[in-house]
Amino acid sequence: MSDTMDDLDRRIVQATQGGLPLVARPYAAIAGQLGIAEAVLLERLQAMLARGAIRRIGVVPNHYRLGYRANGMTVWDIDDAVVDRVGAFVGGLAGVSHCYRRPRRLPDWPYNLFAMVHARSHDEALQQIETIAERVAAEFGAVVARRDVLFSTRILKKTGLRLAADRPDRQES
Amino acid sequence: MPERELDAIDRAIINGLQGGFPLVPEPYAAAAASLGLSEGELLGRLERLLADGTLTRFGPLFQIERLGGAFCLAAMAVPEADFERVAGLVNAFPEIAHNYARNHRLNMWFVLATEQPAEIAATADAIAAATGYPVLTFPKEREFFVDLRLQA
Repeated sequence: MSDTMDDLDRRIVQATQGGLPLVARPYAAIAGQLGIAEAVLLERLQAMLARGAIRRIGVVPNHYRLGYRANGMTVWDIDDAVVDRVGAFVGGLAGVSHCYRRPRRLPDWPYNLFAMVHARSHDEALQQIETIAERVAAEFGAVVARRDVLFSTRILKKTGLRLAADRPDRQES
Repeated sequence: MPERELDAIDRAIINGLQGGFPLVPEPYAAAAASLGLSEGELLGRLERLLADGTLTRFGPLFQIERLGGAFCLAAMAVPEADFERVAGLVNAFPEIAHNYARNHRLNMWFVLATEQPAEIAATADAIAAATGYPVLTFPKEREFFVDLRLQA
């Protein structure tokens, strides 16, 4: 199990990254375009799903259109000694969709833990964040030096991954 | 603003199909059956939800790190008067997967996705050079949880 793509995987990513065709046999359509058998394509996709190279196959909704107008990136400056334990705890709370430890960028940016929350209003998001802070304090004590929330005000781009059509350093078979 | 209210069928599709779309020759027929719809109705609904922007995409979500590549969050502080120009320049890079305006001094936050890990720094440098503003990168040091499935 290697974390790399061979040429066929790469062509499959290119052919499907923009979406599956809305036809009765979408995999046959893509396989035809790639010049491979439908069964080979299905096997490759299954293998990528199994090794986590595909997270999931399905719909990707626009948060705003579903009424989630308050999409907050909460950021926390947490004692380095406990940040990983706090991260695992926060990541397990309901309503948190992503949670990562990232480097501080002093002096511009003192925060080392990022967690995304999605709510229908700012008030609801702020209430969620307050609850997270209370639960962290109850579990770990005063480990948060400061925190902030950055709400998205506009989606400027949301295409997802796009591999370039061709790479000069690769031979297409 | 939604052009149209989502009805119960739209919601069932959005909530039921955020993952698990079948890898079988006729997947829409299979997915439709599990939602109690006809294949034609599911296809028609998906087409409409994509066309009106309720869905940004329908298909596989790739985790490029498991394909040898890299993702990286990055941010810039852009003066309001220059924001649209810079957004255009940044979005024109194919390596930009997502880009959001946020209410902070660092007001533009985007995700870089590249086929080779070394291309992250090169792309961040190229964006800084193209726009004239420094790019701060925030590579993930540890991932605790990722599962974005919103209820419609």
